[in-house]
Amino acid sequence: MAKRAKKTRQKQKITLKQIIKQKELILISIPFVIYGIIFYYVPLAGWVMAFQNYKPKYGLWESPFVGLQKFERLFSDPNFIKVIRNTLCMGIINLVLSFFFSILFAILLNEVRIRSAKKFVQTVSYLPHFLSWIIVTGIVHDVLSLENGIINQVLVALHILEKPINWFAYPKYFWWIVGFSNVWKETGWGSIIYLSAITSISPDLYEAAAMDGAGRLRKIWHITLPGIKPTIFILLLINIGNVLNAGFEVQYLLGNGLVQSVSQTIDIYVLKWGISQGDYSLGTAAGIFKSLVSIILIWLANSAAKAAGEERMF
Amino acid sequence: MSLTKKRHCMKRSKGDIAFTIANTLILTAFVVITLYPIINTVAISFNDGLDALRGGIYLWPRMFTLQNYSTVLAKDSLLTGAKITVLRTVLATVIHLSVTALLAYVLTQKDYIFAKHISFFYVVTMYVSGGLIPTFLVYKELGLTNSFWVYVIPGAVSAFNMLVMRTYMNGLPDSLQESAQLDGAGYLTIFVRIIAPLCKPVFATVALFIAVYQWNSWFDAMLYNRMKDEYTTLQYELMKLLSSVTNQGANAQTIKNSGNQVTPTSVRAAATVLTSLPIVCLYPFLQRYFIAGLTIGGVKE
Repeated sequence: MAKRAKKTRQKQKITLKQIIKQKELILISIPFVIYGIIFYYVPLAGWVMAFQNYKPKYGLWESPFVGLQKFERLFSDPNFIKVIRNTLCMGIINLVLSFFFSILFAILLNEVRIRSAKKFVQTVSYLPHFLSWIIVTGIVHDVLSLENGIINQVLVALHILEKPINWFAYPKYFWWIVGFSNVWKETGWGSIIYLSAITSISPDLYEAAAMDGAGRLRKIWHITLPGIKPTIFILLLINIGNVLNAGFEVQYLLGNGLVQSVSQTIDIYVLKWGISQGDYSLGTAAGIFKSLVSIILIWLANSAAKAAGEERMF
Repeated sequence: MSLTKKRHCMKRSKGDIAFTIANTLILTAFVVITLYPIINTVAISFNDGLDALRGGIYLWPRMFTLQNYSTVLAKDSLLTGAKITVLRTVLATVIHLSVTALLAYVLTQKDYIFAKHISFFYVVTMYVSGGLIPTFLVYKELGLTNSFWVYVIPGAVSAFNMLVMRTYMNGLPDSLQESAQLDGAGYLTIFVRIIAPLCKPVFATVALFIAVYQWNSWFDAMLYNRMKDEYTTLQYELMKLLSSVTNQGANAQTIKNSGNQVTPTSVRAAATVLTSLPIVCLYPFLQRYFIAGLTIGGVKE
């Protein structure tokens, strides 16, 4: 914070003298600016395509402009409305589940007193994060399989189910399968940041609470949770903007014809229409819609945090 | 901290003991749920394919065989995929790391007049991107589609990794650089000789992020190199195996009639084990690096 204040005070004016003095830094920077323009900003300029009837043979300059026609088509497509619903619902389910389980796991792990046991559980918890979604969805298929899947076997043995279920055949299960696949893969990884937040809580607080006769549950409720509240808020802010981004790999890999109506997300829609069907303009329009909603979500979350007097990103 | 702990151990209330028991049970369940599917996959990979279809294999193979592995290793496409994956992981990690580190270094120069502008220029890319289609077209124009370089060149400068490294470099004492400047060393020399060696921990963190991403990615292979079998990647080949399993895996009869000892399920299990082995063996030793990286990255922006 102090550093930043110093920086603004001695705000540098861009003069020719400065430029000559810093020519080496400027020379090093030039390739980075060119790279950024080509790989990040030129694709942004491609948004123009959404307002055209883009044809590869005409290119960006010659393709005719059609105004908002592509957007109108998008929103008159009942499939697209469904796709928005799927993306939002799965994004929210993922967000809630992953927050809940990561925080719970971090708190429970922090309560483990035996160091070696703590270390072991922690190491195991990171393992799934390093497996690709290809492998994880393969595992999910195995675990839920109709014939030898362990979930069916356990549920039948416990008499919760009468006979094995083909989990992938019913739309009502799909969102939760995606959500819990995410939980399985990322709970340990997601807990890292909370664990480090917990270790920075002053031990004095716990000691004082112990003097007052507080049990461990009370200490978690009154000290640990309030202690990591700022971290939770910051991560919530970052992740709310990503809600719509949480919808590609898993749904693409786990989806099938039977659950298509609930498994398709905006990204899959873009892929299907843009790349497979060759309607670049429609695909781009759907992509723009996603970006706009994400920006609005970030902004809303940020204003809400501001109103609540919490930390915020900007 | 240790004092509190000791006091705890001495007078444990009933509630405390109940909590410990419940906590132990929950975390044990967590470990079992995390590890079981992985161990089960390993067991199946060492089991006779046809025998595995009968079910009942949990933690240990019933009919031990190495045939699944020999089948996997005899598949040319998987070997090509492995070669490309190793190559892209190594190249991308080295290139992305050095390039992004150089940018981070330039942006830590306090009197650099364009530092703020360039930082902003890159941070914006974290929030807005052109999206799938425009990006695809740009790569196509640049001749990156149907090419190995699509794995390495895009993403070479990442805003997030830059921020992580910049935060770390900001923590280094300025005096190091100042004394070298007095000796007449230029920025590049200072970066290579003085700053880079001090940044080993943060480099390890970022290198791990890049390497894991590269090793596990498959979508770029499918999108940009679908027609080029010579540029396929390990995960993409695994994905093809997976879809063949979900499509025909249930159909045990056809496999039985073909008289083959391996099944798509057992081959996929073996391929899964081989593909994840390098990362799974390495990550326990790199823990402190990724924990440090996530903590820096999370606090900053």
